[in-house]
Amino acid sequence: MDGFVSVLVDIARTPAFLVALIALIGLLLQKKGAPDTVKGTLKTFVGFLVLTAGAGVVQAALTPFGGMFQAGFHVQGVVPNNEAIVAVAIQQYGTTTALIMFFGMLVNILIAAFTKFKHVFLTGHHTFYMAVMLAVIFTVVGFGGFGLILVGALALGAIMSLSPFFLQKYMRTMTGNDAVGLGHFGGGGYWLAGAIGNALRGKKEKVTTTEDVNFPKSLAFLRDSTVAIALTMMVVYLIVAIAAGPGYAESYSQTTGSDVGNYIVWSITLAGQFAAGVYVILAGVRLILAEIVPAFKGISERLVPNAIPALDCPIVYPFAPNAVLIGFLSSFVGGIVSMPFMVLFGLPIVIPGVVPHFFCGATAGVFGNSRGGLKGAILGAFAQGIAISFLPIALMPVLGSLGFANTTFSDFDFTVYGIFFGLLGKNLAQVGVIIGLVIVYGAMIAYSLLKKSPKPEAVEPVAA
Amino acid sequence: MKIMAICGVGLGSSFLVQMNIEKILKELGVSGIEVEHADVASAMPGAADVFYVSKDIAEGLSIDAPMVVLNSIIDMDELRGKVEKTLEDFGLK
Repeated sequence: MDGFVSVLVDIARTPAFLVALIALIGLLLQKKGAPDTVKGTLKTFVGFLVLTAGAGVVQAALTPFGGMFQAGFHVQGVVPNNEAIVAVAIQQYGTTTALIMFFGMLVNILIAAFTKFKHVFLTGHHTFYMAVMLAVIFTVVGFGGFGLILVGALALGAIMSLSPFFLQKYMRTMTGNDAVGLGHFGGGGYWLAGAIGNALRGKKEKVTTTEDVNFPKSLAFLRDSTVAIALTMMVVYLIVAIAAGPGYAESYSQTTGSDVGNYIVWSITLAGQFAAGVYVILAGVRLILAEIVPAFKGISERLVPNAIPALDCPIVYPFAPNAVLIGFLSSFVGGIVSMPFMVLFGLPIVIPGVVPHFFCGATAGVFGNSRGGLKGAILGAFAQGIAISFLPIALMPVLGSLGFANTTFSDFDFTVYGIFFGLLGKNLAQVGVIIGLVIVYGAMIAYSLLKKSPKPEAVEPVAA
Repeated sequence: MKIMAICGVGLGSSFLVQMNIEKILKELGVSGIEVEHADVASAMPGAADVFYVSKDIAEGLSIDAPMVVLNSIIDMDELRGKVEKTLEDFGLK
């Protein structure tokens, strides 16, 4: 009997089994046939192992990068990339993450059912990444066991409801109704861009929008994330390798006992390896979520028919295609402009990543444009670019040992909610986190009781 | 046959399009069609019989395979029309 129990405990403790079990529950709830159920469960199981394999590849590229950066610039260099940090963290926090995600999604459905916060957050990979971040933060604060899952799930559910909620007034400007929301954890940055657009618009009836100007489309190839990551990482690795000089590669060869050869060739290969690792991680995430997201969507549609689905950021790109590219460039410039200030203040250096600046910058551009036109797109995206450059630095100290992983979370909401709960925990321990949650839920309940019906927005969209 | 929805990273919006295509196929009572989602780099001939891509991505994409371009990835009516067209093209309706 003891042997049987310990096998059960091992199953629950092995994250690959646990996520497969969650997928199995989802498939059974949807009453899928036996072949689909077996297929889906196995794919989820394998997906988790693919993810872990990708983590190894990414880490093998990041470790020498950290050393090279230190040797060249005498300061910590950080590559913000959600996939990389998630894959690194999942090895230690897999089980906690899976449980926080499962119960967090339930909390999100409950909030949508019983309060005036009607969004159901359907961007599964961001739910997953946020679950990882919360698992890390709350473990560092000292939570464990049932309490860890409970605070994690309550925090995740609230964030899933709040992030799209704050953006809805801008979504309404763009889409003309409340049929869809934006579910992307760059949300705070889009809110910022929208608010800047609003301020720039002032009382003006009409403003010049991004779609009134001609803009070259030649940057569209960067939407291919593998190309974008490989390209930027090559530039970054080359600069860092040249700064560190050939000496670093030689000493690395000596200490590890494997000859890495010419340092330039080596650094370019490492850059490619980083992109390869992310590619593998993405494939793993895709397999893990293949059954869980449709199950979540199906269940939420059945239980809360009047919920607003919160969807991934590209849904807003058609509203202002030029703002997408202008926002990316502007946000990326924000990231580059931030770097000298990090040097000046003696902070770790956050390398501007093309992926976060493209997707989050683009979305910020669209939000800025929706109220403030061209100026709103440029300045709104620029502000979000600066924000996602400095926020990861403030997040790193609350991530425990993961703060030294040479990579970190890149998007606005991960960093802001992470800093919020992390600082509460750091200064007031577990009590601080609980107080934070009580305040958040108290505010949400108060809003639901006081708010009559959503106020119609008078502002006309500036872009068709 | 196999339909593949494509987006930049292959996680969010392509997944959404996939789920919507599956919903429409179910409504139309068509079964036996495999629907998947992936990133731009995975969109190559042989990976699927037809690719569903949003307009903003299609501009930078060239695949030597049938490609359906969506003006809006949240417009169910547009998607329904295009799925029906795909079914006709493949002689399934």
